[in-house]
Amino acid sequence: MSFFIVAFLTLLPLIGVKYAGLNYLFGVIIPYFAFSVFIAGFAYRIFDWLKTPLPFRITTTCGQEKSLDWIKQDRLDSPSRFWHVVLRVLAEVFFFRSLFLNTRTELREGGNLVYGSSKWLWIGGLVFHWSLLLIGLHHIRFFFVMVPGFIDALNIADHFLDLTLPSFYITDALVLSALTFLFVRRVYDAKMRLISLPTDYFPLVLIVAIVIAGVFMRYVTKVDVMAIKDQMLRLVNFSFDAPGEIGVLFYVHLFLVCVLAIYFPFSKLMHMGAIFLSPTRILCNNSREKRHVNPWNTPTKFRTYAEYEDDYREKMKKANLPVEKQ
Amino acid sequence: MSKYVPKLSDLKKNFDEKPSILKGDYASKEWWETPFEFRDGNWCFPAKIDVVEELGFPNPRKWAATDNDWQLPQGWQKIISDGLKLRLKKFRSLKLYLDSCVRCGACADKCHFFLGTGDPKNMPVVRAELIRSVYRNDFTLAEKILKGFSGSRKLTAEVIKEWHMYYHQCTECRRCSVFCPLGIDTAEITMLARELLNLIGVNNNWILAPVANCNRTGNHLGIEPHTFVQNIESLAEDIEDHTGIKVNPTFNRKGAEVLFITPSGDVFGDPGVYTMMGYLLLFHHIGLDYTISTYASEGGNFGLFTSNDMMKKLNAKMYHEAERLKVKWILGGECGHMWRVVHQYMSTMNGPADFLEEPVSPITGTKFSNAVSTKMVHIAEFTADLIYHKKLKLDPKRNDHLKTTFHDSCNVARGMGMFEEPRYILRNVCNSFHEMPENTIREKTFCCGSGSGLNAEEFMEIRMRGGFPRANAVKYVKEKHKVDSLVTICAIDRASLPALMRYWNPGVAVYGLHELVGNALVMHGEKKRTEDLRENPMTGLLDEEKDED
Repeated sequence: MSFFIVAFLTLLPLIGVKYAGLNYLFGVIIPYFAFSVFIAGFAYRIFDWLKTPLPFRITTTCGQEKSLDWIKQDRLDSPSRFWHVVLRVLAEVFFFRSLFLNTRTELREGGNLVYGSSKWLWIGGLVFHWSLLLIGLHHIRFFFVMVPGFIDALNIADHFLDLTLPSFYITDALVLSALTFLFVRRVYDAKMRLISLPTDYFPLVLIVAIVIAGVFMRYVTKVDVMAIKDQMLRLVNFSFDAPGEIGVLFYVHLFLVCVLAIYFPFSKLMHMGAIFLSPTRILCNNSREKRHVNPWNTPTKFRTYAEYEDDYREKMKKANLPVEKQ
Repeated sequence: MSKYVPKLSDLKKNFDEKPSILKGDYASKEWWETPFEFRDGNWCFPAKIDVVEELGFPNPRKWAATDNDWQLPQGWQKIISDGLKLRLKKFRSLKLYLDSCVRCGACADKCHFFLGTGDPKNMPVVRAELIRSVYRNDFTLAEKILKGFSGSRKLTAEVIKEWHMYYHQCTECRRCSVFCPLGIDTAEITMLARELLNLIGVNNNWILAPVANCNRTGNHLGIEPHTFVQNIESLAEDIEDHTGIKVNPTFNRKGAEVLFITPSGDVFGDPGVYTMMGYLLLFHHIGLDYTISTYASEGGNFGLFTSNDMMKKLNAKMYHEAERLKVKWILGGECGHMWRVVHQYMSTMNGPADFLEEPVSPITGTKFSNAVSTKMVHIAEFTADLIYHKKLKLDPKRNDHLKTTFHDSCNVARGMGMFEEPRYILRNVCNSFHEMPENTIREKTFCCGSGSGLNAEEFMEIRMRGGFPRANAVKYVKEKHKVDSLVTICAIDRASLPALMRYWNPGVAVYGLHELVGNALVMHGEKKRTEDLRENPMTGLLDEEKDED
């Protein structure tokens, strides 16, 4: 289903620009709309999560707590200070540490469970996200008149061999391989197939389509890069001027990116923000040391000692237990 | 064995026939199309009418999970839907975890219930989808438009049945949350799902009966004050018989330095009582000024498995009693979920405990600065500190008749982070200690399969299946190192693991850590020890005598 949706979405600008001449719609109106939805939606979702309280400090502890002086604390996995938490979250964001430590369980003949290290998801996920980030950074050159220096450095670092012209980016190959892997594992493994929803396939297929359109523009059909840059600069400067003459493939690429931007705040892609807010990971494991305050701590009526003694006084006296009232 | 569990050979065949973790054929099926069925051994009896009424909970009635009509109250859909909305506003965990799962599958093969049943709905990701699918349908507008696309569905009576089934095949052990790249904690979802189910009277007697007991008598078992005292005194008599030492525990005594609270299972249940004997010996050995309360006579808190309010209400007794008795601080016994509550919830819910002092060990002078706010210290922290400062006279040879391994209890492991203290104690009180395989211990430990109020007799099949990964790891050290003793620091473990071991690994006995401490303690003025607290011969001592001859 995701394939059909993405194919349909691809056809829209293809037909729209080529046959209906809707350059202005696809080059100006939709990008502005998509960008607004993305910013507003993303901000709203983050705000919505942030305003939801953290009533308890429910850290998932994956290492030794801070206790006696002579016992070594695992600061990363059982953080007790703010900077421990910062490291814990950053290790997750930059290195996907949990996935690095992932295991695989198998039931062997004889009914024995065996556990092994499992790094495939870690590699696939890491390569995909990092490549996407770097490719995103390459695009910065379209949004600035003067290209920032680090982008040029990245440009050089990302070259594989200067066999092609323009030279081939490693990240293009990596992102496509990683996306293929992430897609195939959902179909291939019975467990994965069962847990996967169309909302899991759709963003994968959509990003594949975006990348393919981009790769074609860069290496095959060759669009007018300067015209694109002009148009992008106009957009960043909030200009509503009509775009110049650009190949239709560019409109396909841009439109699919817009679809992704609109889809983003309403979908699981929001995990990008969620990872910084997850209660089990962003809280210190020091709730016995420093009292955590629950903003809605509901008052509850409990059974007091006095009520208890009233019910059991005679029995308590017989058992020689001290009582408050005779 | 129980009539609620298949023969071991049948269950083994089930594991052997198709050596794959996922059981059944799901080709071209979605998870919500897979059937489930209540039958003997896979559901807990619902709470009895008088229990529900005593607690003032909704919808008391006689019913069973196998009934076609569960007699849900009028307007139950609205109760659930409003209840969910309210909780989404109160708990970021619930909201964020329903919103952000990417279904990467890292958690899929981590749940002990999934490994033991092969049922796809026991994969943590699907367990959360059970409620997420309804949440999507009810709440997120944009996804509502794309209904089939996002895997959302309507809240029906069948969905409630499914929730009841699978939120009672989760022990809130948090193993999945260790592996989740976003830290999504299924325990949070299960807790709140059970809270919702309780709103419409879909409940579990094995949880609500202890809750009602605890509220009334102070402990889960419903032991009244005089019986509680009698029982501990009879344990003291047993101690005198074995060791010649007369220990003198006091009850409800004002002005003691320390209030000691432990799960009531240690006072009444076998083998918990031997752990209790260990505590009593230890306190006598160091001359601790302590008292035990008959009012706050429960360390555990089945409120945690019921609702946030109930957890708070039952927990409030600890501070209330500590304040009344004017103790300086509280010492807590070995228990899993009790420590989840004490460590992560107590001070927040019922603190600040300004009437108590910073806990200081009267023997070593160590300040427990990690408990300076909650003012409650774990017995393993306390004992490890004593051993480190050489304040205990221990003879580990007295445990030479035991070859031990250590089971990390889920809550203490993943909800507190206590790994080293119990191991340090164990190494000092016995000579033979072998770890289970590394992916089954510490933060990756497997649940006993009966935690979170699922220790019911009628639930035996699921308990034996859920406990299978733990039992399988014990089997490994049993075969490799002849391990015969499974040591643990959790009262539910002590109650449930013996059945699990009898089923999967006959010959392995279950011990509390402080029972081994009690065995190893060389008490001042003791009579000649030849037997451990269970009256088993201490073979290590016999060997020693031979050496001397």
